[in-house]
Amino acid sequence: AFFWLVSLLLSSLIWFIAVKASDPRDEPLQKGLLIFGVTFSVLLQEAFRFLYYKLLRKAIKGLVALSEDGCSPISIQQVAYVAGVGFGLMSGAFSMINLLADALGPGTVGIHGDSQLYFLTSAFMTMVLIFLHTFWAILFFHGCEHRRWWEITAVVVMHLVVSGSTFCNTLYMGSLVPSYLLMATAATWAYLLSGGSAQNLRRFLLCK
Amino acid sequence: MTELSAHLPQFQHGQLTENFPDNHLSNTNDNSERRRHDNSERRRNDNPESETNGQPQNNIQQVVEQDEEDDEELTLKYGAKHVIMLFVPVTLCMVVVVATIKSVSFYTRKDGQLIYTPFTEETETVGQRALNSILNAAIMISVIIVMTILLVVLYKYRCYKVIHGWLIISSLLLLFFFSFIYLGEVFKTYNVAMDYITVALMIWNFGVVGMICIHWKGPLRLQQAYLIMISALMALVFIKYLPEWTAWLILAVISVYDLVAVLCPKGPLRMLVETAQERNETLFPALIYSSTMIWLVNMAEEDPEAQRKASKNSTYDKQAPANQTQNEDAEADDGGFSQEWQQQRDNRIGPIESTPESRAAVQALPSNSQTSEDPEERGVKLGLGDFIFYSVLVGKASATASGDWNTTLACFVAILIGLCLTLLLLAIFKKALPALPISITFGLVFYFATDNLVQPFMDQLAFHQFYI
Repeated sequence: AFFWLVSLLLSSLIWFIAVKASDPRDEPLQKGLLIFGVTFSVLLQEAFRFLYYKLLRKAIKGLVALSEDGCSPISIQQVAYVAGVGFGLMSGAFSMINLLADALGPGTVGIHGDSQLYFLTSAFMTMVLIFLHTFWAILFFHGCEHRRWWEITAVVVMHLVVSGSTFCNTLYMGSLVPSYLLMATAATWAYLLSGGSAQNLRRFLLCK
Repeated sequence: MTELSAHLPQFQHGQLTENFPDNHLSNTNDNSERRRHDNSERRRNDNPESETNGQPQNNIQQVVEQDEEDDEELTLKYGAKHVIMLFVPVTLCMVVVVATIKSVSFYTRKDGQLIYTPFTEETETVGQRALNSILNAAIMISVIIVMTILLVVLYKYRCYKVIHGWLIISSLLLLFFFSFIYLGEVFKTYNVAMDYITVALMIWNFGVVGMICIHWKGPLRLQQAYLIMISALMALVFIKYLPEWTAWLILAVISVYDLVAVLCPKGPLRMLVETAQERNETLFPALIYSSTMIWLVNMAEEDPEAQRKASKNSTYDKQAPANQTQNEDAEADDGGFSQEWQQQRDNRIGPIESTPESRAAVQALPSNSQTSEDPEERGVKLGLGDFIFYSVLVGKASATASGDWNTTLACFVAILIGLCLTLLLLAIFKKALPALPISITFGLVFYFATDNLVQPFMDQLAFHQFYI
């Protein structure tokens, strides 16, 4: 969570500088700057995910060295999962919490001609992003562990695609549906990588 | 009643700033003495731990290396546990403060300032305002420094009774008066009709149980809950009565002072520690327990160990029986999270003064391999002043930030990460460390950064519904 926060800070710093350096009245330019800011932020987030991976790797090595029987009390997959949840929660919290606070108060959604589904779509989008962050972290860490660069690039590309798809909001079809599809893909991929299989799933569901 | 209570705090606070806990008459010297004593007691409390740290390993030469390895491994293993054990109370305190700030408008209304911050911040020019806030902060800090030095002196001259009485009075004030005001404001916010008799009963019960829990014996969870409540009350007072820039400046300067006071060889807290070590007064925990003023968040039972050893070496006979009693008390406590929380009665006037000591109280307990001690009985101490200042930071962030919840959340995470880092350093260095600097630095950086940089960005993103 902290690492995501730091990446957010840095990316907003970049964006802020860009905005201050440009003309505030030029609408398309501002939007363009925002898009630039978003892309940059995505890249920064992934970079910080990588840094976090490095840090956790060192920590696990330390734990292994100190443990009695040579194996660490926490596996890299668990760490990946936790890291992903942390990233996701932080990103979700930052996206939603002001919205939620405003939702408690009086007001009408979309009274000025905006979409009336604003809250709903925001909620769904945030949820999908949180899940995605979790899965991405598992994929990312797995890729780093086994030196499979294509996995890492796939994660980065997926993130960019999801963020990019939100650029066509308020045409929610364009952003929500692809995001959910991507989430399903990432979920199955992460599940398989973590050692799951269709058999396990069936056994779990049937409570054997 | 409503009008009266509205004015009373101001008056009281004005008066209080001089004599913090004492409503009727204050004796600044007494306060400082008490604080000093508390601090010295705390110091002594810390000292036993550090001494205990060394003692078991000295005694058992054969397994000394294994002890060290075990120590390290166990420290790391239980380090995470300690971190969690500290996260929960700190989070709870912050949650209480933020919840109150968000709902009860009393604590965000400007009703005057403490006498310790005489310069107003409503000036015409920015420069004037900056100057005033610097002066305010300087006055606060010098008050704290003076108090700390007085406490060191007092400790050297062993004026314990005065401090004891002072602490009792301060906790009385805190538990009764401030919670009465708090309750009144909560009732006002939710428009709850309440009669005096019920209120009197509630406050009386709350206060008396609090006094008993904190100063004497009580269930561990109740003690912890009371300490959290007291810290939250103190933090709320600070948030209300410190003007904007002064508050931030004070936070920054206090963490610097904390660092200096605990780590420098000539720092007051360091001197207190050394004096306590010279006197070999490991019985202080007993004094602290009974006087109930200085309670540190104690996660482990290292005190009984320290006290048992201390009582053997103790030069104070009269304290020995108190030690034994304390041992029993400590052992009767829940080993998992027995808690000594620092009383922040004195905080109104100079929480800052006592905080450095509480800071210094952050200390990892060593694993005592020689005893059949339950590995669960190990812990970290954190002073109540730390709680208070963390909550002040988060509370101010939630009260006055344009980014609102984003800023609050960012500061919260920053403080917790700072706490993690501090505990990590504690596990590495195994001596008293200041807990404020890292967390407050992170918190301040994140507050200003989030408020000014992240907020506009997130606003724009939310407006267009872009997601990053």
